[in-house]
Amino acid sequence: MNETTAHAHIQAGQQLQTGQQHPIRLYLLVWGMLFVLSAFSYMVDYLGLQGYLRWTLILLFMMAKAGLIVAIFMHMAWERLALVYAILLPPLLVLVFVALMVSEADYTIFTRLTFFGTGP
Amino acid sequence: MAQTTGTHGEPDLRPAGLRGVAADFSSDQRAFKTASWGKAMMWIFLLSDTFVFGCFLIAYMTARMSTPVAWPNPSEVFALHIGGQDVPLILIAIMTFVLISSSGTMAMAVNFGYRRERHRTAMLMLLTALLGACFVGMQAFEWTKLITEGVRPWENPWGAAQFGSTFFMITGFHGTHVTIGVIFLLIVARKVWRGDFDEERRGFFTSRRGRYEAVEIMGLYWHFVDLVWVFIFAFFYLW
Repeated sequence: MNETTAHAHIQAGQQLQTGQQHPIRLYLLVWGMLFVLSAFSYMVDYLGLQGYLRWTLILLFMMAKAGLIVAIFMHMAWERLALVYAILLPPLLVLVFVALMVSEADYTIFTRLTFFGTGP
Repeated sequence: MAQTTGTHGEPDLRPAGLRGVAADFSSDQRAFKTASWGKAMMWIFLLSDTFVFGCFLIAYMTARMSTPVAWPNPSEVFALHIGGQDVPLILIAIMTFVLISSSGTMAMAVNFGYRRERHRTAMLMLLTALLGACFVGMQAFEWTKLITEGVRPWENPWGAAQFGSTFFMITGFHGTHVTIGVIFLLIVARKVWRGDFDEERRGFFTSRRGRYEAVEIMGLYWHFVDLVWVFIFAFFYLW
């Protein structure tokens, strides 16, 4: 448009070239935590935990790992909220789909057991 | 003109929180003030990919919930015979650690990229690619083992027939993503090594100036591949 805008663009460019600077220590810490959390998830299977305890722990470690990767490794923690919401809120709709398919699967197994005995 | 100056001014002057979300989206310009279009587009692509993998995992859930036949126990199916005893799920655990390590080296590569240490950045990216290739190799080994044991998309020796189809579909699609990521890594690493981002050499396809942000955008894709594996590991292998 004019000189001011052009100048602002150059500034934005320079800012991007040096953007997202965080101490190496933070990355190493998160890396270590991801290792520990993965080891915990594996231990859930290795120790043969069953039932609700198993499912709760699996989901807990999964969400912790996913959160660390998205927030720190993918720098979501330092982005503006507009981008965070635009990217992280839509996947929640998948949960609606999950609810629909749970009800559908319940109906399918009901019909299979009622009308076919044990089907495919 | 006041508006233009306002949106290109210091990021600190912009409102934070929900007020900031409303201001960014209603600014009649680009909504993502601190993310370049390249980064925003990668995020939007990753969002669409999230739905693809979400659909696969939901299909798997539906198949597993709706079959009256017992589901094969992944803990036993993926066990390896090491030192005279079966270690449950060990190959998958190693694959998980390899992929997480590759995510760690990728994060370091992004960091050194912005510090303009191009050789170190390129070496870390090559290490990431090597770990990614290791992962795909182990996956090929796993597929070979299961196929020789008689797992097919339509049948398997241990239980519900849908096990094979969901397994090949989900891990196959993820492995494809890793393979594409390795190729993508090698291309960007070559550019970093050559110094394209220091001298702002224009890309052969987009003709845009090379920037170290390309390393970060590459990193977003790679971390996403790791992220998807976290969900596959939890739902397919551990559940």
